[in-house]
Amino acid sequence: MIHQVENPALEIHDLTVSYDKKPVLWGIDLSIPKGALCGIIGPNGAGKSTLIKAIMDLVDMNSGYVKLFDQSLDEVRSRVSYVPQRESVDWDFPASVLDVVLMGRYSSLGLFKNPRKADKEAALKALEMVGMEKYYKRQISQLSGGQQQRVFLARALTQNADIYFLDEPFAGVDAATEKAIFKILQDLSKEGKTIIVVHHDLQSVETYFEWVILLNLRLVASGPTKEIFTPSLLEETYGGKLTLLSEVGELVQKGEFKAREKQ
Amino acid sequence: METLIEFLSFEYPNIKYVVFGTILLSISSAVVGCFTFIKKKSLVGDVISHAVLPGICISFMVSGSKDPFLLIIGAFISGWISIMVMDAIIQNTKIKEDAATGLSLSVFFGIGILLMTYIQHSGNASQSGLDTFLFGKAAALVGKDLLAFSIIAVIVLLTVLIFYKEFKLISFDPQFAKVIGLPIKRLEMILTSITVLAVVTGIQAVGVVLMAAMLITPAAAARFWTNRLSRMILLASIFGAFSGISGAFISYSAPSMPTGPWMVMILSIIALISFFLAPRRGILIRQWRRFSIRKQLLEENLLKAFYRIGENSGEYFSGVAVDDIRLIRNFSPAQLAKGLRKLRVNGYVERSNDSWLLTNEGFEKGKRITRLHRLWELYLTKYLRIAPDHVHEDADTIEHVITPELEARLEKLLEYPTSDPHLSNIPRNN
Repeated sequence: MIHQVENPALEIHDLTVSYDKKPVLWGIDLSIPKGALCGIIGPNGAGKSTLIKAIMDLVDMNSGYVKLFDQSLDEVRSRVSYVPQRESVDWDFPASVLDVVLMGRYSSLGLFKNPRKADKEAALKALEMVGMEKYYKRQISQLSGGQQQRVFLARALTQNADIYFLDEPFAGVDAATEKAIFKILQDLSKEGKTIIVVHHDLQSVETYFEWVILLNLRLVASGPTKEIFTPSLLEETYGGKLTLLSEVGELVQKGEFKAREKQ
Repeated sequence: METLIEFLSFEYPNIKYVVFGTILLSISSAVVGCFTFIKKKSLVGDVISHAVLPGICISFMVSGSKDPFLLIIGAFISGWISIMVMDAIIQNTKIKEDAATGLSLSVFFGIGILLMTYIQHSGNASQSGLDTFLFGKAAALVGKDLLAFSIIAVIVLLTVLIFYKEFKLISFDPQFAKVIGLPIKRLEMILTSITVLAVVTGIQAVGVVLMAAMLITPAAAARFWTNRLSRMILLASIFGAFSGISGAFISYSAPSMPTGPWMVMILSIIALISFFLAPRRGILIRQWRRFSIRKQLLEENLLKAFYRIGENSGEYFSGVAVDDIRLIRNFSPAQLAKGLRKLRVNGYVERSNDSWLLTNEGFEKGKRITRLHRLWELYLTKYLRIAPDHVHEDADTIEHVITPELEARLEKLLEYPTSDPHLSNIPRNN
C-alpha cells in the first residue's frame, strides 16, 4: 500500500541505508504530498530516525536518492529545517536559550557575521510561538525536557523553511508541551508547509497526522491515514515476521559485504 | 616588591621577550582549549602534544637545524597525522575513543623518544637543546622563537574570532550544523589545525607532558564562573595570561625555578580556587546551601513541635518545657539548644525561666509547616494512592520545600480540605 503522489514535497527512490555496516533500511520508495502533516510510525529499531537522517544526508546511503521539491538537498537547504532528537546534544553546554535559537539563523548569516538585531527579533518571535519568550536568558541546562524540545522547535522556526523534519519531538515531554508543539505543527501545515514527524505513540496517530508512513526495516505502507492506519497494516508493521530480514542484515554486517554492489 | 617593580619595568629586554611570549602562548592555548573542553575532547590536546615529538625530530634530522619555523612545520604535520590516525581507528575498528586516544598517543610518543635518543647519540653537535621540547624552556625564549610564537598565536586567535559562531555550533550540535549547510568537515579541520598550532607553540614553554594542562585547565576553571561561551573564553584567556606573567615572574625572582611548570601550578591553583569558590557551581557555596537548609529544617521542625504541643493542650502560647518537645520528636540536646537559641534570636520563641513560649510569628510559622505536612499527606493518599501509614516520612521532607504558590495550588486541587488522612485537623491560614 504505497501511495505515490504527483509533484511531491519529498520523494525517496530505492533508498537502502546501513548503520555500522548492517542494512537497517531496505529499498524505500515513497512520496509525500506538499503541505502534508505526516507521521513516520514503526516499532523501536525500525529505522525511523535513520530514514530522516538519510534524507538529511547525515548517514551514507548505499543506494537510491532523495529529492525535496524535485531538487537535491544541497539545492534546497534553505527551505529545509531539521529538529534532531533532544538527547542528541549535551544540554550542559555553556549557552543561553536565545543563543541556541539564534543558531537557526546561522545559515542565512554566512561566515564572519554576528547575529543582527533582526535575527534576534526573529528568534524572540519564534520563542514566543513556542511559549518560551520569558526564558530567553535562561541557561539551557536549567530547562526541563519539554522546554528543551520547545527551544529546538523555536530554533527550527527561525529558519522559515518549507519542509520540516522532526525526530521524536513528543518523546519525554509533558502533556502541555505536546499539545503546544502539535498546535504549531498544525498551523504550519495549514500554511502549506510540509511536516514530517518521527512518532512512536500509536494512540495519537489518527488525531495528529493526515499522512502516515509505516516503517519496519522496509516500507510497509505510505498514504493517507484513513487508508493506511488499519489493523492489518499495523500488524504487518509491528508483528515480528521479519526475523529473517534482520538475520540477513547481521550476516551482511559480519561478512562486511557492501549492502549493494556497485553498479 | 622591588623585584616586582624591576620585573614589570622590563629593564632587561630578555624579560620582555619571556613575558610577552608566555602570555601569547598561554592565551592561545587557553582559547583553543575552551573548544576541546566543551567538545569533550579534552584528551586530544594530550595526544597532539605527545605526537609532535617525532615531527620535531624528523624535521631536525632532515634540515639539520633548530630553526623554530622548520621544527614547527614538522611538529604540525605529525600532530595532525596523530589525530587522523586516531579518528581512523575509531571509525574503522571496534576500538572505542578512549583506547584509540591512548594508542595514538603512546605510539607517536614512542617513535618520538626513539628518534630523539638516536639523535642524541648521533654525535651531531647542534642537537643539544632539542630535548627542551620534552620539558619546555619558557625562560629561554629568544627573538626568533618569539617571532614564530607571536605569528602563530595571532593566527590562532584571529581564526577563533572569525569562526566563533561556527565553532560554537559544531561544538553544540554538529548534525544541525551539517543540515543547515555549514561545511563541517572543513570547519573541524580548521579547529584541529589551530589546536595543533596552539599545542606546538605551547610545548616550547611547558613541554610535552604538561601541555594538556595548558589547554584544559583554564577552560575547566572558567566554566565554573560562567554559563556563556564568550565569557568562558575571555576568562580562560585571562587565567592563561595571568599564569604566563606569574610563571615568568617567579622564575625571574628565583632563577632556579622553572617557568613552565610554575605556569601550570598557577593554573591549577586558579582551577582549585574556582572549584571551591565559584558562585553556584563551587563546592563551598553548595556546602553552605546544604548547611543552611539543615538549619532551616531544624528550626521549622522545632516550631512544628511547638504547634503540636499547643494542639494537644489547646494552649498555643503557654510555656513549653524542653522535655515536652523531645516527646514530640527526638531532637538531640545539642540540636535543641542550637535551634531554640536561633529561634529566639529571630523572634519566633521567647524564654521564661525554664520554659519556652511561642511568639505570634512562631505560632504562624509552626502552623504553616503543620498545614503543609498534612496537605501533602492528603495529596499522597489521594493522588498517588499511597497508604496513609506510609506518607508521614515523605511529608516530613516536602513540607519544607513547598512554596506559597504550590501551597495554593495544592489546596485548590484538594478542594480546601479540613482534615488529613489521619483525621488530624488541617489548620487554615488567616
